[in-house]
Amino acid sequence: MSDDRQANRDAAVEELYEEAAHWHVNTGDETIHAKRIPGKWRNLKWLSSALWLVFFVGPFLRWGDRQAVLFDIPARQFHILGITILPQDFWMLSLLLIFFAILLAVVTALAGRVWCGFFCFQTVWTDVYTWVEEKLEGTPPKRRKLEKAPLNFTKFRIKAVKHTIWMVIGLVTGIAFVSWFVDAYSLWINLFTFNLGSTALITISMFTAGTYALAGFLREQTCFWLCPYARIQGVMVDNTTSVPTYDFHRGEPRGRVKKGLKKEERTTGDCVDCNQCVAVCPTGVDIRHGQQEGCITCALCIDACDAVMQKLDRPVGLIRYESLDRLDGKEDRPLLKRPRVWIYSAILTLAISGIAYGLASLDAIEIKALHARQPLFVLQSDGSIQNKYTLKILNKMTVDMDVTISARGPKNLVLVGAEEPVKSRHGRVTPRTVFVRVPREHVLEETRPIVFRAEGRDEDGQLFVSERENVFIGPKR
Amino acid sequence: MADKNPFPGENNTGHIWDDNLRELANPIPRWWMIGFWVSLLWVILYSLIYPTWPTLSSFTKGFMGWTQIKEYQKGMDEVVEIRSEFETKIAGMSAKEILADEGLSAYTEASAKVLFGDNCAPCHGGGGQGGPGYPALVDDAWLWGGAVENIEQTITMGRKGIMTAHGKILKPGEVNELAQAIVDGKPASSPLFLQKGCIACHGMDGKGMAVLGSANLTDAIIRFVPEGDQTVLDSVKYTIMYGVNDPSNPMSRQAEMPKFGDRLSKDEIKKLTVYVYKFGGGQ
Repeated sequence: MSDDRQANRDAAVEELYEEAAHWHVNTGDETIHAKRIPGKWRNLKWLSSALWLVFFVGPFLRWGDRQAVLFDIPARQFHILGITILPQDFWMLSLLLIFFAILLAVVTALAGRVWCGFFCFQTVWTDVYTWVEEKLEGTPPKRRKLEKAPLNFTKFRIKAVKHTIWMVIGLVTGIAFVSWFVDAYSLWINLFTFNLGSTALITISMFTAGTYALAGFLREQTCFWLCPYARIQGVMVDNTTSVPTYDFHRGEPRGRVKKGLKKEERTTGDCVDCNQCVAVCPTGVDIRHGQQEGCITCALCIDACDAVMQKLDRPVGLIRYESLDRLDGKEDRPLLKRPRVWIYSAILTLAISGIAYGLASLDAIEIKALHARQPLFVLQSDGSIQNKYTLKILNKMTVDMDVTISARGPKNLVLVGAEEPVKSRHGRVTPRTVFVRVPREHVLEETRPIVFRAEGRDEDGQLFVSERENVFIGPKR
Repeated sequence: MADKNPFPGENNTGHIWDDNLRELANPIPRWWMIGFWVSLLWVILYSLIYPTWPTLSSFTKGFMGWTQIKEYQKGMDEVVEIRSEFETKIAGMSAKEILADEGLSAYTEASAKVLFGDNCAPCHGGGGQGGPGYPALVDDAWLWGGAVENIEQTITMGRKGIMTAHGKILKPGEVNELAQAIVDGKPASSPLFLQKGCIACHGMDGKGMAVLGSANLTDAIIRFVPEGDQTVLDSVKYTIMYGVNDPSNPMSRQAEMPKFGDRLSKDEIKKLTVYVYKFGGGQ
């Protein structure tokens, strides 16, 4: 190793120590100004953040003559691409929520808080907000200096521009959110012609204010104190979970680089105590203390540490994605031998198959029968017993359909009022009142089951059937 | 009360009990005071806007002029406006025409429910099931006819049929024989039915006549269902012996459908007609 390189290295390290001299434990009393450095994980973070572009662009996609994805709350219809979901299909939502809850658990169990570090809106928006801040106010030391500086014109100008941009981002976020619930194009038109309804206005302003406050000011404090997920991660992560971990076997005892010291003479571990991992941390924690509530596992400290290790010609990976077991030299249990994996995937499969079944049976009709209660039955002049039912035919398809009604149950029953097919309107419930008459000699019990059947065909001749059981009630015997 | 304050410098009021229990003179928390003043301000603003303070003979009205009655009226106006579309259509149509229109008859069925509950349900039951002495409207047996026009006339003009008490005209054995024949559904099988003149009102075959409101004695439905311990036979015998609405007999059954033509509007009667017709027995 040449002396030249040694000198370069010393200079680089000197610079790093100066940068991190400021640090102390994050107690929320001070804004965290995290240093931004390029790296593999940084790029990955931009990529995962870019997924949120869907949130902004999505509402503008069309499907036929309507918005591709539209949660139409006033009309109680959710349109998702080609399918329309009615309130009757809402049970699928609970399966969807279960699916995502378990997915979160699986991912956390395997790789820590992937959601927090790479996808969470709090993380992504804060990242964008601080990016804007850095562009306008400069690096963290400059930002801290500006904070302490007395208010003058330059400071005011910079701050004004920053807050305006922040608010605009918040506003666009609010508008994008509302666009999922109303037609996006007419929303923008109404916005510029001042024709927005109060609901839209209030929602947009709440989102603007919320985004501005949460991403601009609360930032990592949200993760510390507002978000419940940070608190329950402790039960989701175990020794086999691979998370950004400081390899203390290799790093300790940490010690500053001594100028001119040869590699062989070194008594300290690989950690040079440069605090770069802390300087880049968006939540201001020290990863060297191990997994902790403040760590959102964004892996930016890995980038920072690797950069330092490269400068110092030491092997990278002092901080790396690793499980505690592997750190201690144990082999990871194979995935298929972990009960968690089996339980989680069972629940995931159940939820997914439920949703798949629901989606596959969306295009259908559904019949419900309500028995009249007052009176429960009527004696007719010919001695037969008559029951009255209100049938409700739900048409979940996109076209109106003629639905024929039939009934089976007690012998020789006569169905009155179903001679004409029901003109079942799409997306709606069409009621029909029918009477069922059964000759007295066939009314054998006080109650007997009766099944109503609705049948309809679409233009292609495909048959849709729905059946519903109810009771036929007769006099006490 | 201690003469000398043993706890100087802690801002107590000097009220000390049991050696060390003392009252501090700390100020009320700021958040509490803010809440207090905001509440006061609220009361003032509220009383300016809404009716609030009682005066000797009236009360302050508030500059918005808001009252509960106005609010209620506004809501009612909205309802009337929504209904007016249907109501104007109904006003120009007959009950039969309404029945022919699926949408209108559904509206009528829904809106006449209240009318039925107020005017008809006390006798005929909430679901038109009838009750002791009162005929069911849900079955297919009609004393005065089950066509739309018949039902409308029944509601408008009321009905009162008369059957003479036969207790003194017939011997007990004859009453028994006739009653049994009626319960069996074959009144004409007894020669007495013809001989004693039952056919005058109930017809040769005993099927009744809608113009007179006489009951069909051949069907499964008994006009006066038995009450208490009575059997069907007892009930029929009672009707034969004491009659219906017979002014000469104080034991006679009382059965009168009152006239609603002067209580309800034409449209209301039309709606009730549709409602009763759709019970299932309309013909």
